[in-house]
Amino acid sequence: MTSTSPLLPAPLLKVDDLHVSYGRVEAVQGVSLSVGAGQIVSVIGANGAGKSTLMGAIIGALPSRGRVEYAGRPLAHTPLESRVAAGMTLVPERRELFSSMTVEDNLRLGAYTRRREGAGDLGGVFTRFPRLEERRKQLAGTLSGGEQQMLAIGRALMARPKLLLLDEPSLGLAPLIVREILRIVAELRDTGVTVLLVEQNARAALAISDFGYVLEGGQVRLSGPAADLAHDPAVVASYLGAAK
Amino acid sequence: MNIFDPAIFPILTADGLTNGAVYALLSLALVLVFAVTRVIFVPQGEFVMFGTLTLASLQLGRVPGTLTLLLVLLAISTVLNVVEALRRGDGRSAGISGVSGVALGAGLWALTTTLAAAKAPLLVQVLLTLLLVVPLGPLLYRVVFQPLRNASVLVLLIASVALHLVLVGLGLVFFGPEGSRTPAFAEGNTVLGGVTLSNQSLLVIMVSALLMVGLYYFFDRTLTGKALRATAVNRMGARLVGIRPTAAGSLAFTVAALIGALSGLLIGPSIAVSYDTGFLIGLKGFVGAIIGGLVSYPVAALGALLVGLIESYASFSLSQWKEVIVFTLILPVLLWRSLSSKHHDEEDE
Ligand SMILES: Nc1ncnc2c1ncn2[C@@H]1O[C@H](COP(=O)(O)OP(=O)(O)O)[C@@H](O)[C@H]1O
Ligand SMILES: [Mg+2]
Repeated sequence: MTSTSPLLPAPLLKVDDLHVSYGRVEAVQGVSLSVGAGQIVSVIGANGAGKSTLMGAIIGALPSRGRVEYAGRPLAHTPLESRVAAGMTLVPERRELFSSMTVEDNLRLGAYTRRREGAGDLGGVFTRFPRLEERRKQLAGTLSGGEQQMLAIGRALMARPKLLLLDEPSLGLAPLIVREILRIVAELRDTGVTVLLVEQNARAALAISDFGYVLEGGQVRLSGPAADLAHDPAVVASYLGAAK
Repeated sequence: MNIFDPAIFPILTADGLTNGAVYALLSLALVLVFAVTRVIFVPQGEFVMFGTLTLASLQLGRVPGTLTLLLVLLAISTVLNVVEALRRGDGRSAGISGVSGVALGAGLWALTTTLAAAKAPLLVQVLLTLLLVVPLGPLLYRVVFQPLRNASVLVLLIASVALHLVLVGLGLVFFGPEGSRTPAFAEGNTVLGGVTLSNQSLLVIMVSALLMVGLYYFFDRTLTGKALRATAVNRMGARLVGIRPTAAGSLAFTVAALIGALSGLLIGPSIAVSYDTGFLIGLKGFVGAIIGGLVSYPVAALGALLVGLIESYASFSLSQWKEVIVFTLILPVLLWRSLSSKHHDEEDE
């Protein structure tokens, strides 16, 4: 995989010295990162490193200090719902589906912010996830883990995001399904969607990414083109195991 | 005579269904408001009272006190909106909020005073009543519950009880202590399968049924209705697709006020409603809502119908025990629920 410099495309998302605290515990301690338009950037880190907290602050679900800039505009006074309307969507670690509603209703609600422009691209999502079309009348809560993850991503795509934030899409899924989901994420970039991907599964994440950051204890320890990180001795030792 | 006497039973049943239909509507409103905002909405019955008594005032050619309440709430919520917009540094929205609040208030005042003095026809008075009572829903949400939206269910309940007391007090100030009836919307009787029913009862049952079908359509078919359900099912999920919880809360309160006001108009001809009648009516809807566990719409509606029927049968044979029987009904249901229901609070973490 070729790696492009993150400096070439204009950053769609820029995070500068971000701090997030839960009471007296500071879970994100001065993180800065940048996601170029059209790139896949991944943040890898162990359980508890602060990845989900970072994503929650970027989308506006958690209060934070520091700067988050999207498409060149600061987001300090922009509530979560308006960030979604502006083209950012988060697929959270907990997925947060509407479990007692049908797959189709979940997807249609994904296009809620686009309701004035018509019903949203249900067909496009079904083409990408044929399994969801088979299950369209089924309740979201009755789907398997992999299908729920597909539904969560499909629901996010219904909003036609410019920036997709994915929090551990591989969590708890079988390797085969992880590969399928990450393949679809890689395809998304080709349709112009920018992706910020958070993963513990570092090898799989770096394989589809342009650039990567390593988060430890709420701070960025390392960053660089994904291909370089995948060969960095420290990363290999801590995150890629010996099996390379 | 026994209640199963063929001359009596159908009449009692029709009576029970008439009241039960109204209780069912109220129970739906309670479930909706709770599911979307976690507010156990004790003052639901006050919308009923305001509905009947506002129409009764208009019938007498008076300007209903409801207008005063509406204007005060509008003023407070306008100030809140302006201050909030200014805090965000959004001067344009602040200006729009301020100007539209003032214009709306002036328009409502002019319309109400003109129509009240002119003794407009019944249908116009009914529409004016809805115009005065329904906005109380979203305004009360804006002024009381939206600022408390992150509070616990208990705090919300306390606010709800306080609001109930305030509204009952205002009802006394606005409408006086006596009960009022409003004119029937339909005169005469209809014989259906050997049973004579008043057209007014039939109208109540029909309008309630239509309203329920309308609500079903709204929640099942429209994206806005689905957005309300989604907020009830998973608040964070709803926010992540861009549904603002405050917009959903405001809409839920609007639907609740509409249901309350319409219920007040429907029962006005058959019950003398006074400033303190709302609570008991709302409570019967609440029994239905409890039977539905505050989450299931169909079970709540069926429960409320059952309350209406039991109340009607009890009023015939054991009339002094009527309310006792209805409210005792809730005990076995609560017991059964507490033993059998799984907890629904996973999403509130
Ligand atoms: N709601 C919370 N309250 C208090 N501490 C939290 C909360 N959520 C996460 N944390 C703490 O913040 C740190 C980062 O958590 P998280 O962002 O979930 O990490 P990751 O997603 O990388 O596993 C952890 O130490 C975790 O215990
Ligand atoms: Mg996490």
